[in-house]
Amino acid sequence: MKSNAKAVVTVIGKDMVGILAKVSTACAAAQANVIEVTQSVLEEFFCMIMIIDIENATAEIEELQQSISDSVPEMKVHVMHENIFNSMHRI
Amino acid sequence: MLNTRDIMETITMIQDENLDIRTITMGISLIDCADSDIDKSCEKVYNKIYRYAKNLVSTGEAIERKYGIPIVNKRISVTPISMLAGVSGGDPVKYARTLDKVAKDVGVNFIGGFSALVQKGFSAGDRELIEAIPRALAETDLVCSSVNIGSTKAGINMDAVKLMGETVCKASEYTKDKQCIGAAKLVVFCNAVEDNPFMAGAFHGVGEADCVLSVGVSGPGVVRSVLSKMPDTASMNEVAETIKKTAFKITRMGQLVGTEAAEMLGVQFGIIDLSLAPTPAVGDSVAHILEEIGLEQCGAHGTTAALAMLNDAVKKGGVMASSSVGGLSGAFIPVSEDAGMIDAARKGVLSLEKLEAMTAVCSVGLDMIVIPGDTDPAVVSAIIADEAAIGMVNSKTTAVRVIPAIGLKEGEELDFGGLLGYGPVMPVRKQSPAKMINRGGRIPAPLQSLKN
Repeated sequence: MKSNAKAVVTVIGKDMVGILAKVSTACAAAQANVIEVTQSVLEEFFCMIMIIDIENATAEIEELQQSISDSVPEMKVHVMHENIFNSMHRI
Repeated sequence: MLNTRDIMETITMIQDENLDIRTITMGISLIDCADSDIDKSCEKVYNKIYRYAKNLVSTGEAIERKYGIPIVNKRISVTPISMLAGVSGGDPVKYARTLDKVAKDVGVNFIGGFSALVQKGFSAGDRELIEAIPRALAETDLVCSSVNIGSTKAGINMDAVKLMGETVCKASEYTKDKQCIGAAKLVVFCNAVEDNPFMAGAFHGVGEADCVLSVGVSGPGVVRSVLSKMPDTASMNEVAETIKKTAFKITRMGQLVGTEAAEMLGVQFGIIDLSLAPTPAVGDSVAHILEEIGLEQCGAHGTTAALAMLNDAVKKGGVMASSSVGGLSGAFIPVSEDAGMIDAARKGVLSLEKLEAMTAVCSVGLDMIVIPGDTDPAVVSAIIADEAAIGMVNSKTTAVRVIPAIGLKEGEELDFGGLLGYGPVMPVRKQSPAKMINRGGRIPAPLQSLKN
């Protein structure tokens, strides 16, 4: 992975037990360090945004997305390089 | 740091509102491939394109995975083939077959540049190329063709206009078993731009570098969605402001993808084309933006004004977001590729005349319009001449891509499938312009051309 790379993981769906644990486990398995987590639960709707350091990650973004999706199959998971958010929302 | 709202906004745009990079297009100069022997020339063309573009598709896919943003098309544009045909002589269709083969071998969706620039007159190879267009488009799958027949500086070449009317009809006739697809791959331009990444009109201009990568962004769905969240009482300048901000964000993403792809491929970054390019998919329509602004249906009175504002706001938003803007940049109005336009055309609300008026204020011209199969070639020539006149006088690019639907009458529908969409046959005037078209010659350049 390229220098100082971070990725944004978003997990959206119906709330249930153990989402955070499962997603963090998948990240850990790929040597991706979790830097920041924000999550909110509105009624039953769960939304989590996680910023992870993928500088030393052993998996590519796509593989990581796949392994997180596999660990929480009911949820909608996106893993995207942070540059896309920086370029769209920062001048 | 990033905040939740921004992150969710980006994800919603991509997931629910069809935001995508419409195309990354690699422009490759073939000037150094010209040879007096056509077979050698074709071999050099194949080798050069293959060398530069072999990693284009895999690079595009790598970026898609990294950012989670779809890049719908990967394409190639090349130097107008008429220049090579002028040097080598021989049957220009050979070049078309070569382009088709290399495009298939590197895996791109389209290759553009089977083109000629004849705004002021024909030089060696131009006439031969134009005459070969219908066969070239019938015998190949991925080759796109364009011919520039006028410009503000040069006026309109009416001999070429006559020839192109006939060529469009033949291109359709030769592919009548394949939904007349030939005519859908052929564009007739006035003031063609040299760095356009969008098909079918893309070619690599002679003033361009050896190899550049350009990007065309899209996102009518995103614009429509932000407008739908605005109150009905918001004024037009507030609407324009909102479109500007959205265009800015979309373009920033295009800039990121373009520069990164160019770097990965080791070529120069060309331009971003800030265009709202619709697709037939639900929620990806320019017509629906106009309806969201406040028209009952696209084609109603007021459409031209709404489109003018939209086109301008998109450019204003995009310009600051990109290091270099070029291409056609604006809103596209291809009828068969836009769900809202198709609806409006079916109901008869959107007519050819209204579309012509709209082309005076948007980025291109009469695009993907299905006309009756028995239309006289002189009428097609006259449609081209009208459109070219708008472009010439207003110093803007205009184009005509009409498809005479062989065997179909008004009210019936032609379905191309995929991105090219489907559309009803639209009526054209039957009165003959043949006498004017047969005069030939040139419409002199207008006073606007004397800027020095």
